[in-house]
Amino acid sequence: MTTDPIIAILVSTVVAATPLIYAALGELVTEKAGVLNLGVEGMMLIGAVAAFAVGLTTGSLALGYLAAIGAGVLMSLIFGFLTITLQTNQVATGLALTLFGVGLSSFAGRPFVGQPITPVPALDLPLLSDIPLLGPLLFKYNLVVYGSIVLFFAVQWFLTRSHWGLLTRAVGEAPGVAHAIGRPVALVRYAAVMFGGACSGVAGAYLSTALTPMWVESMSSGRGWIALALVVFATWKPLRVLLGAYLFGGVTVLQLYAQGFGLDVPSEFMSMLPYLATIVVLVLICRDGKIILLNQPAALGKPFHPDL
Amino acid sequence: MLRLEKRPEPSGAMRLASPLIAAVAMLLTGLLIFLILGKNPVEAFQVFFIKPLNSVYGLGELLLKTTPLLLCALGLAIGFRANVWNIGAEGQLIVGALAGTGVALAWGETESSWILPAMLVAGVLGGMLWAAIPALLRTRFHTNEILTSLMLVYIAQLLLAWLVHGPWRDPMGFNFPQSRLFEEWELLPILWNGTRVNIAFVFALLLVAASWFFTRKTHAGFRMQVSGLAPAAATYAGFGSARNIWLALLISGGAAGLAGLGEVAGPIGQLQPQISPGYGFAAIIVAFVGRLHPVGILLASLLMSLLYLGGEQAQMNLALPSAITGLFQGLLLFYLLAADLFVNFRLRIRTVAGAA
Repeated sequence: MTTDPIIAILVSTVVAATPLIYAALGELVTEKAGVLNLGVEGMMLIGAVAAFAVGLTTGSLALGYLAAIGAGVLMSLIFGFLTITLQTNQVATGLALTLFGVGLSSFAGRPFVGQPITPVPALDLPLLSDIPLLGPLLFKYNLVVYGSIVLFFAVQWFLTRSHWGLLTRAVGEAPGVAHAIGRPVALVRYAAVMFGGACSGVAGAYLSTALTPMWVESMSSGRGWIALALVVFATWKPLRVLLGAYLFGGVTVLQLYAQGFGLDVPSEFMSMLPYLATIVVLVLICRDGKIILLNQPAALGKPFHPDL
Repeated sequence: MLRLEKRPEPSGAMRLASPLIAAVAMLLTGLLIFLILGKNPVEAFQVFFIKPLNSVYGLGELLLKTTPLLLCALGLAIGFRANVWNIGAEGQLIVGALAGTGVALAWGETESSWILPAMLVAGVLGGMLWAAIPALLRTRFHTNEILTSLMLVYIAQLLLAWLVHGPWRDPMGFNFPQSRLFEEWELLPILWNGTRVNIAFVFALLLVAASWFFTRKTHAGFRMQVSGLAPAAATYAGFGSARNIWLALLISGGAAGLAGLGEVAGPIGQLQPQISPGYGFAAIIVAFVGRLHPVGILLASLLMSLLYLGGEQAQMNLALPSAITGLFQGLLLFYLLAADLFVNFRLRIRTVAGAA
């Protein structure tokens, strides 16, 4: 049944959406705590190179993913230290993080350019994957893809049901109040930023070890920024992040199938689709400024210092 | 215990000192990186920071690379001051180059004295057009200009790739993805013999002066400054933000477009798939390191240009990847942001009484 083109398109959509889900859910939690980290693209690239380098040299992709998470967290700690402890401008610091990540990853990844790596294997569950239609559609992905769904439920539960999740939201809405009633604002923000870093790290690792199993300079090609746009598109709601990511995954996949459909459009124009779609979707969502303001965490992007 | 204490007034001395502190910290980190990589740090420094400037040609190269950085950063700074975050200068630079090239290719290879001015105008307009899109989307649809201007960078890069591989490819070019070479009258005049510095550097210097005049002496500049520092006060005073957004994006887009045209009609001499090693992004760092001040930006772009040249030297003489340039650039910005803390705060050693 894998020859069925519709199944194939849906499957590649899920595969293409996975890194966006990780990066956007991570950023969602960060922003819920009132911190805007524009460094997602940089953290993803560092995650991608870390996973590739460690995975290739140790032969263990699991270690590679751990390294990616560690690298993403370290990157996010630089950002957290500057914005939370030193009170720097979040926009400027996030841009710096991305520029730094692009430079550092291409520097560190130099020895690995052009080297092949065995990609993360797909789980081929014996009985389930043999079910017609549903088998190939649902049961033939690798663990990281399933992990993205688990992550979605975890984030959803965390933000709505857990004590720390509610605290995170409180810190994002009214850090002053949270501080006044004795809650550790800086600590919550650090935790949220580190979670975002870890998720971006995994998103990057997925790019270099699963989606296209190799390391190429700047290989995230804007996915970190698309993830940021997804958070706005989702109006800070996890379910919409998930749906939005599949929408974008679908757009990305369209370009691969365009030729097959007999569309005679230059490949460059097809490659523009995800970026164009991001702009169009942002326009549709932001058209009514009030809706965005209603859902946006009130303290998003604003530094908090207890003595001020 | 160390504590941060807010200064009653921002420290002017620190404002000037922090870029220097950042530069020194970047150099020290560079030393460490060279040591870790097993290079002799003294030799590496020599290669990275002294060697590029050893000759007249080298100094010319410094000014040549300063030009696009300076043009882009001056434009960006105008917006940053008013909280308009155009980070798509790289895309505007590319479209400027495309527009100018388009004019040259459309006219053909007949000599004409108006073709170069027409290319310059097209370059500026091209950059403006590309920047007008985020301006329109922000003012009409409240769409965040950071994301839209950045998405447009990728679109511009793909547009460039399509043109050089397709319609604008030189039929006599042995199938290389590039346009025909520009004729002599389509190239910007060289300023000094023996170097590659062209007249675009003069335009960039003029823009330094114009930019200083705009922010210090004009009402539009004042309005934008107020909008950046105190958005609420600006609204109260009736300084419409839409006008600021348009102005900031058009100025920075035009300057970036000029920078792009300056590259293809300057050192490159034709349209190629790769026309910028990320000048538009590096310009963001230049704008900050230069304190968003025209003269500061001039100094910062000289430093950043040196980092590019040093990176090239390091690649040739030390077998280090030129990506080390990007690493230094990012470090510089981090250190600057960190050092800026001391503009508004000072460190106090305080004994804490009772439980913390």
